[in-house]
Amino acid sequence: MTATQDRPAAEIGKDRRRKEDQRLITGRTRWTDNITLPGMLHLAMVRSPFAHAAIASVDVEAAKASPNVVAVLSGKDFGDELGVCINAWPITPDQKTPTHSPMPADRVAFAGEVVAVVVARSAAEARDAAELVDVEYDELPAAIGIKNALKDEVLAHPDLGTNKSALWVFDSAEAGTGSDVEAAIEEARTNGILIEREYRQQRLIPAFMEPRSVVVDPTGEQITMWSATQIPHILRFALAATTGVPESKIRVIAPDVGGGFGGKLQTTPEEWIAWAVARRLSRPVKYTETRSESLMAAHHGRDQVQTLTLAADKDGKVTGFKVHLDADLGAYIAVVGGGVPVLGAFMFNAIYKFPAYRFECQTVLTNTTFTDAYRGAGRPEATYAIERIMDELAAEVGVDPLEIRERNWITHEEFPFMTVAGLEYDTGNYEAATRLAKESFGYDALRAEQKERRDRGDRVQLGIGVSTFTEMCGLAPSRVLGSLDYGAGGWEHASVRMLATGKVEIVTGASAHGQGHETAFSQIVADRLGVPFEDVEVLHGDTQIAHKGLDTYGSRSLVVGGEALVRAVDKVIDKAKHLAAHLLEASEDDLEYNDGRFTVAGTDQGIAIQELSTAAFAAHSYPEDMEPSLDAEATYDPVNFNYPHGTHLCAMEVDTETGAVKMRKYTCCDDIGVIINPLIVAGQVHGGLVQGIAQALWEEAVHDEAGTLVSGSFVDYLLPTAADTISFDVVHTDDPSVCTTNTLGTKGVGEAGTIASTPAVVNAVVDAVRHLGIDDIQMPCTPERVWRAIQGSKAGGATETPPDAAPHFADGEANSAGADGALNQDEGAGQ
Amino acid sequence: MIPVKFDYLAPTSVEEAVSALGEHGDEAKIMAGGQSLLPVLRMRLNAPEVVIDLGGISSLRGIRDDGDAIVIGAMTTHHDVRDHELVHQHALLLSKAAAEVADAQIRHRGTFGGALAHADPAGDLGAPALALGAQFVIAGAAGTRTVEAADFFVDLFETAIGEDEILTEVRVPKHTGWGAHYEKFVRVAHQWPIVAVAATVRGSIDEARVGLTNMGSTPLRASATEEALAGASATEDGVRAAAELAAEGTSPPSDLNGAADYRQHLARVLTGRAVLKAAGA
Ligand SMILES: Cc1cc2nc3c(=O)[nH]c(=O)nc-3n(C[C@H](O)[C@H](O)[C@H](O)COP(=O)(O)OP(=O)(O)OC[C@H]3O[C@@H](n4cnc5c(N)ncnc54)[C@H](O)[C@@H]3O)c2cc1C
Repeated sequence: MTATQDRPAAEIGKDRRRKEDQRLITGRTRWTDNITLPGMLHLAMVRSPFAHAAIASVDVEAAKASPNVVAVLSGKDFGDELGVCINAWPITPDQKTPTHSPMPADRVAFAGEVVAVVVARSAAEARDAAELVDVEYDELPAAIGIKNALKDEVLAHPDLGTNKSALWVFDSAEAGTGSDVEAAIEEARTNGILIEREYRQQRLIPAFMEPRSVVVDPTGEQITMWSATQIPHILRFALAATTGVPESKIRVIAPDVGGGFGGKLQTTPEEWIAWAVARRLSRPVKYTETRSESLMAAHHGRDQVQTLTLAADKDGKVTGFKVHLDADLGAYIAVVGGGVPVLGAFMFNAIYKFPAYRFECQTVLTNTTFTDAYRGAGRPEATYAIERIMDELAAEVGVDPLEIRERNWITHEEFPFMTVAGLEYDTGNYEAATRLAKESFGYDALRAEQKERRDRGDRVQLGIGVSTFTEMCGLAPSRVLGSLDYGAGGWEHASVRMLATGKVEIVTGASAHGQGHETAFSQIVADRLGVPFEDVEVLHGDTQIAHKGLDTYGSRSLVVGGEALVRAVDKVIDKAKHLAAHLLEASEDDLEYNDGRFTVAGTDQGIAIQELSTAAFAAHSYPEDMEPSLDAEATYDPVNFNYPHGTHLCAMEVDTETGAVKMRKYTCCDDIGVIINPLIVAGQVHGGLVQGIAQALWEEAVHDEAGTLVSGSFVDYLLPTAADTISFDVVHTDDPSVCTTNTLGTKGVGEAGTIASTPAVVNAVVDAVRHLGIDDIQMPCTPERVWRAIQGSKAGGATETPPDAAPHFADGEANSAGADGALNQDEGAGQ
Repeated sequence: MIPVKFDYLAPTSVEEAVSALGEHGDEAKIMAGGQSLLPVLRMRLNAPEVVIDLGGISSLRGIRDDGDAIVIGAMTTHHDVRDHELVHQHALLLSKAAAEVADAQIRHRGTFGGALAHADPAGDLGAPALALGAQFVIAGAAGTRTVEAADFFVDLFETAIGEDEILTEVRVPKHTGWGAHYEKFVRVAHQWPIVAVAATVRGSIDEARVGLTNMGSTPLRASATEEALAGASATEDGVRAAAELAAEGTSPPSDLNGAADYRQHLARVLTGRAVLKAAGA
């Protein structure tokens, strides 16, 4: 290993454009829906319009008679071969888990659940026939909404006897990581500050760009499934575990996948149905969902009520934090459904030194689409709660929100730091990130402007929001997962194949779906092995090629998968050194490895890694104690999570007349350790920010009282576009807190923006109107909600937004919309 | 999603289109730019057996000067309405509103006639057309007739166009030199308006026309505001008092973007802003 460490990093730190972009952006690639096999049949799903109903009968005759229909099957036509959808993370031993059939025969538990499948020669014919399937339902009362469901008056699954699935508790006094939270609360009640709040995490829809799609080919020796999934390896395991097909007879391929955001971290009813139909008919089949189906039936995210009690002394030093979550699982407990809110357990204490902490999570079943991971999974919820309530504490104490944080955060000299939730943070420097962010943001000037507008009673008020986040990512040490009863480990696998011509193939068990692994991993290998970037090919996502892996989620691919790769490369170098010594007739001790070449110290003799690859392939001459191969693999199990952090600052303008909010400035300084590719990092940060901002301002999945998804299309489920956001000010510290638990020193960045930004935005909106007596606005902060909150206030006058609001494009550029075009950021247009 | 199968006809004259409509009756649907029709078909909310595409009838496209009015062919795209010199000169309000429709791609396909015939109360062109007193020329088997704007919009997605008729052109009385502004209130840029106000004024202020979008089942005129504005001064205070009357007689919807009372509040605020901007204040 030491041999490589002196070499200057030529690739790491370079703004490489992504190798994969041309094919991904043009779409000239293998998306699952682009795959067409000989004799392939097409599926259309018949879905329940009711949130809760008994299936009285399913009449398929008319559908069967429709042109080119091959089969119409409902739940009762299948036996065990249909399998079940699994919950891989029962959070407590006594968790109540409803059986989740991919296609129930007797009762549906959410609107959108599949009751029958039509198989036809074309997708259009399948869709036509699906409308002819006549299902008779006996409607049952539906449990909708967390608070309703908790009353247990209407049951989502009557046979379970309750909607309460599990209660998971962490208590620092019991765990020995801190003191008793109730005592801290009692003390604060009489002698300090007590802040009690209820926050709502609305339900969100991951809304990946490529709808879910699956193709199953049962005609080979292995049954092959292509799926638009984040988790081909877990999918293969689950298929084997639940459908009785030996794992060795299953090949799963995640070809190019168009985004996931956690939404494709699932084993879906539709995959299981396609699997069963293909096997039943011995024909390849394809199913691609429509956008409407995707919004309704692909898993949703978040959806919690957070009840929070923060105890502090009079100076605003926190003495205890008690958290109770009620988390809506939807109708079933999806693959890691219940575990997602529990992941938050370790993060509510965030970057702070809290002496006492208690966390409870009550999971609740309702008759709605099941919920599961969505970008950040558990950590955005925790970060939102703590960063919102720290602002409330600042307001109570009467100091700047940054000041209250400084009084509580872990200082950089205190690392490594064992937190009250029992995690050891290895490195971090909150002071440095905050200093830089503050400077770049122009904090003092914006505060001055805020005061000036307030004093003037301006119609447009300015608010500044702070979010000093950290998160735990790089999922995950397998032993920790084991202690949480998670059904798998958290290691990752990589292998390196040294090809005869000197080119290199690397195989990773991570499964990219838009992140840019092919580029970043090539940069790592290029530096470490000393080969040209272009000579490295990254293979992934096919269980025949990448036979071992645990896939991509939880900001794990670089920090866990990248480390596995580094270790595999180092093994290649060791083998190559042995072969080089043999061929150069030198002692290994005299060899130096630089820029892909072994040289004998003090001579001009040497041999390149490519020549060694060829020599190993020819195998004409190699040491007795070695196999003729340089290939190597490694499986790496992380010893800890890693803890990126950052300071995010947001300025929002609030039009007090209409309630419209508008972003003025957003600065973030993320400390993510060593950066492999700044361009990719910028992409992750920008995209992550927009997703988090969208939770604060726009997105909300709404079910009506009957359980129908009201926001069932993009007309009502509001996703922002570039026209709705501003250019973000993204900075990084020059001297990052390098991660100590992986060789490259990297920390995860895939979820950071999403985790950090939501509370920054809401804090800013609340800050803009706090002087009117407002201390909370529910997400998303719609103009109507903001307006209702400030009813009765005496605001007036107007100021146009100054030009430093950083639009994406200069006026008239790019979209050439002109003065009145779509990019017009006109005041009051609420954009 | 895939629409139900349909036959496709592409007539090249209005007569041909009208006779095809007569032949297929209510099994047929006219297609202009397809920007509202195709989503409806793809979501299977409607399943006509025949789609009659007006795209091949060149006489329906274009904008011409006709003395005291300009005449806009039904198949003229939003993009062309926005950019046309005659519209800028004589019906600036339409140009301002057309600029706010959806995004550039949709503005290049969606048509002026299609949007008005579709009569979505949240559509951006109804209120300005109403405010400008547009006249709608409708062709049927018996010839053409002209309908005043006030009679054209009947209800939600319902106009005076009969089942066997086609909207061919819209005459817009010239409002030469009138200032105009279309104030659209949305949460994201590509959204239909939650509420919008179309205002055009002569002088500052001699005469005003104010149309409201999404404040009822059809586009509406804020008549009380218009009356109060005649002779008012184009100042914040002068306009605000008149704008306070803007929500009179409206019955806006309540949905995820806002309850009716909030929309009425918005209509008042946005009317004030729109009129002031139209008056150049
Ligand atoms: C994503 C998206 C966003 C949009 N956002 C907005 C927005 O913000 N504001 C807005 O105003 N609009 C919006 N639209 C709608 C757009 O303006 C459409 O262009 C318009 O509503 C319909 O015009 P069209 O030419 O496409 O008509 P089509 O879709 O072809 O037809 C619409 C209806 O009118 C009938 N019809 C069309 N032409 C005639 C005719 N000459 N005679 C009789 N009947 C006719 C058709 O039969 C059909 O029922 C949006 C559309 C989309 C897809």
